[in-house]
Amino acid sequence: MNLRRDVFQAIADPTRRAILTLVATQAMTAGAIAANFDTARPTVSKHLQILTECELLKQEQNGREIYYQLNAKKMKEIADFIEPFRQMWDDRFNKLEAVMKNYKPKQ
Amino acid sequence: MELKTRIHAEDGMQEITVTREFELPVALLYKAYVEAEIVEQWMGTKVLKLDTHKHGGYLFETTDPRGNKHRFSGSIHDAVSERSITRTFEMEGMPFPVQLEYLEFERLTDDTSKLTMHIVYRSVAYRDQMLQLPFAQGINMAHNRLQEVGINLK
Repeated sequence: MNLRRDVFQAIADPTRRAILTLVATQAMTAGAIAANFDTARPTVSKHLQILTECELLKQEQNGREIYYQLNAKKMKEIADFIEPFRQMWDDRFNKLEAVMKNYKPKQ
Repeated sequence: MELKTRIHAEDGMQEITVTREFELPVALLYKAYVEAEIVEQWMGTKVLKLDTHKHGGYLFETTDPRGNKHRFSGSIHDAVSERSITRTFEMEGMPFPVQLEYLEFERLTDDTSKLTMHIVYRSVAYRDQMLQLPFAQGINMAHNRLQEVGINLK
């Protein structure tokens, strides 16, 4: 089985990409994730199963609840997940540099 | 092309280091951090408060395309002109703990300078989540763009 290809297929689906975005900020239960979609609960469960099988999501047991969270290691296989963070700072610093190159002290 | 901004993030550590060299004298680089009107220009945010002194603090506010306001704030623990700023940072109303930021401003030549930002997070997990935020937003934006042009990936 080509796992890498499966990962890309997994993120090709808009609902699954939306799920990844949701859990990027905090770990969530299946119920909390499903509440964000109009889709039927079993459909969301199926998406969670696919994302978990290809290891994009990690499950964590907390009491009786199972929480889903992003699996950073797997995300690195798709793209270096730090790159957008670096790009964000690079854009800001480029702006800073441009602003200050035109800086005229107030008199 | 060599990357101007570098991120150093070791696996399993609850900190990162961001470094950047500027074609600016260190005085101008430091000024970009302490003058409200200038911060507004390069951060793209409203500056409601900016007091870069020991026991000082700051409060920034951005408005997203939907009109929602987001506040970012922190305390200034120490500031040495043209050398360093030590501050905390938090995104208000978000489930992320406060982070600690050590900013060092360094003169390289008369016309160039270097900024080193050492950011310490509450845990390794929170650090990884913060690093993933722009990535997640990127997925979201790409998704929206695809929807706009009506491409169906399935």
